[in-house]
Amino acid sequence: MSITIDRNRCIGCGKCHDVCPGTLIKLDTDKRAYIKYPRDCWGCTSCIKECPVYAIRFYLGADIGGMGSLVHTEKNGDILNWIIESPDGKISEIPINQKESNKY
Amino acid sequence: MLIYSQKYEIFGEAMNIEKLKTDILIIGGGTAGCYAALTVSENSESKVIICEKANIKRSGCLAAGVNALNAYITDGRTPQNYVDYCKKDADGIVREDLLITMSERLNAVTHRLEQLGLVILKDENGNYVARGNRNLKINGENIKPILADAVNALENVTVLNRVNITSLDVKNNRVNGAFGIGIENDTVYAIEADAVIIATGGAAGLYKPNNPGFSRHKMWYPPFNTGAGYAMGILAGAEMTTFEMRFIALRCKDTIAPTGTLAQGVGAKQINSLGEVYENRYGLTTSERVYGTVNENQEGRGPCYLRTEGITPQQDESLIKAYLNMAPSQTLKWIESGKMPSGQNVEIEGTEPYIVGGHTASGFWVDTGRATTVKGLYAAGDVSGGAPQKYVTGALAEGEIAALSAVEFIKNSKAESISEESFNAYIAETEKFLGESSSHYTAEQLEEAMQTVMDNYAGGIKTNYRFNEKQLDIADYKIRQLYRLSENLHAEDFQELMYIYELRERLTVCRTLIAHLKARHETRWHSFAENLDYPEKDDKNWFKYVNSRLENGEIKIILRDIVSGGNTYEHNN
Ligand SMILES: Cc1cc2nc3c(=O)[nH]c(=O)nc-3n(C[C@H](O)[C@H](O)[C@H](O)COP(=O)(O)OP(=O)(O)OC[C@H]3O[C@@H](n4cnc5c(N)ncnc54)[C@H](O)[C@@H]3O)c2cc1C
Ligand code: SF4
Ligand code: SF4
Repeated sequence: MSITIDRNRCIGCGKCHDVCPGTLIKLDTDKRAYIKYPRDCWGCTSCIKECPVYAIRFYLGADIGGMGSLVHTEKNGDILNWIIESPDGKISEIPINQKESNKY
Repeated sequence: MLIYSQKYEIFGEAMNIEKLKTDILIIGGGTAGCYAALTVSENSESKVIICEKANIKRSGCLAAGVNALNAYITDGRTPQNYVDYCKKDADGIVREDLLITMSERLNAVTHRLEQLGLVILKDENGNYVARGNRNLKINGENIKPILADAVNALENVTVLNRVNITSLDVKNNRVNGAFGIGIENDTVYAIEADAVIIATGGAAGLYKPNNPGFSRHKMWYPPFNTGAGYAMGILAGAEMTTFEMRFIALRCKDTIAPTGTLAQGVGAKQINSLGEVYENRYGLTTSERVYGTVNENQEGRGPCYLRTEGITPQQDESLIKAYLNMAPSQTLKWIESGKMPSGQNVEIEGTEPYIVGGHTASGFWVDTGRATTVKGLYAAGDVSGGAPQKYVTGALAEGEIAALSAVEFIKNSKAESISEESFNAYIAETEKFLGESSSHYTAEQLEEAMQTVMDNYAGGIKTNYRFNEKQLDIADYKIRQLYRLSENLHAEDFQELMYIYELRERLTVCRTLIAHLKARHETRWHSFAENLDYPEKDDKNWFKYVNSRLENGEIKIILRDIVSGGNTYEHNN
């Protein structure tokens, strides 16, 4: 699994770079973020949660059964909304209230 | 405190060297390390430096979030009950003094986490809601930012993010500080401290992982926890314990997401492809659950599953959310495939083996106060041995114990300063790797070679976790050879330099691990240490700790008697 960063959307704030536990994300000479070591991504989604302009998506590698969907989160107050876009354009949203505990 | 900072050039590139001094150095700003810093601040005026290879906001085990607090003393239970549970799961090879001192603190650290902002589920009377006997339900997605915010607010604590520590400065068995590299500021550091707390977590990436291709890092344990703390300790001559009790997790296939939420949350049982519940045939300890799954597969009754078919749509929804809070890839898998757990059982598999002192008992051999056998060096969390089933709250508790011991210790003991000679030797080592090299190997190639060796000859997934002595001898020979090859690796920049050190750390851990697997002449824990030359348990001879220490470049095995309940343990030989 890994992430992909939309260069055109990135505003170069560097927040994704700052949080990555594997130091995998770098800023290029135009100050746009890119993942330098895509095979080394742990899939923790820390970078995605930081991005103010929602430029980062994660996906499952084909070797672990990925089928092309992309995931990102958008935060609104206490709500962390998980948004999954499938290749056929279908979008599913799963909002989670961070003030609520897991049921399990 | 900065002692000096200099710029220099090697091969035309600008580099920096910095020497710093502090009272207490914490290596690894994860769960235990952050809590140790909080504890020092609350109990003394001491200055602290935390060196963290990533950024404490999202580093280590807690980066993605966790699902529950797995260690808590629920109503009507006692710390001793928790100790008994751990002891049973490890078939006796635990340190009761460590477990009880940890267990007595579990609830207090939980309350502290809640004060800091962690959401914990409560009933209408304001009491925590337990999951089973020992767990609390939480929203743990942001547990690491919560801890990091608390640490970043402390005045006496300086956090150095992206500083990877690679070795300890030890003279006459007394630690004086550590050396490391700033991965993104091209700096070589020497940091002097009167006491050092090591909290670098466990070791992943020793064995070939479940998904060795593109998704090679889609593993359970953080691939960035490379066993640095173990390796630094081993090379500094610290005594280590119980490395042979490897940890193999039972996980959801492909995503390697935790299964506890399914097993405990919706009561899903382990079944084989015939639909039979097989867990009762093998026993219910952690290792027996893995072993059962391996055996069912071997005997042609695989794949194995957690039986979720038939759960309600509401349960589906709760699971989808719970996994987003800790292992989002599993939720994505369910949604992408269009098959929710209620409609399809969840396939499970064993992971590659890890060395993780927070789940099994491998790690530094410490006294009751978490002092290692090197004076001034303390260990907490997954890097520390003897006390399995620590989980998040146990790591916090150990961070607290180690910090209190270190604070006491430095009242009467000051370190020597790190000599220029040692620092220069370290700088020269980094320069060697950064310089020209004729080697056509890369750290990545040698890492893959190491994982293949461990997989084939030291009981990896390939051999169903089984091994014999002859295989271990081959593994040892090949790992030593790879270590020699690693001497000549070349790094283009400081990040690649870190990769070389990480590889060498893993190879060092592998060597000790192989020696431990070879030393225990019995099979006490199926799968975790399944020695085909000694397939039976042997309490008469092996109800003992297997410890080790590096002496003159060779690993010396030390057998020690079990420290039973009611005793404390001090280092005296
Ligand atoms: C995916 C996952 C899910 C889990 N879920 C749960 C759960 O739901 N409930 C529960 O109770 N427990 C859970 N656990 C267990 C628990 O999270 C760990 O046991 C605990 O967090 C370990 O704490 P630690 O401080 O030892 O390690 P970590 O928190 O990993 O800290 C180690 C730190 O050291 C840093 N580091 C490593 N090497 C170096 C170096 N050379 N120099 C500088 N820094 C370094 C790392 O970057 C990291 O920040 C889970 C573990 C994992 C991996
Ligand atoms: S998902 Fe995690 S490991 Fe992967 S790039 Fe983002 S922050 Fe780094
Ligand atoms: S967080 Fe988003 S906007 Fe900021 S650098 Fe990363 S990708 Fe670009």
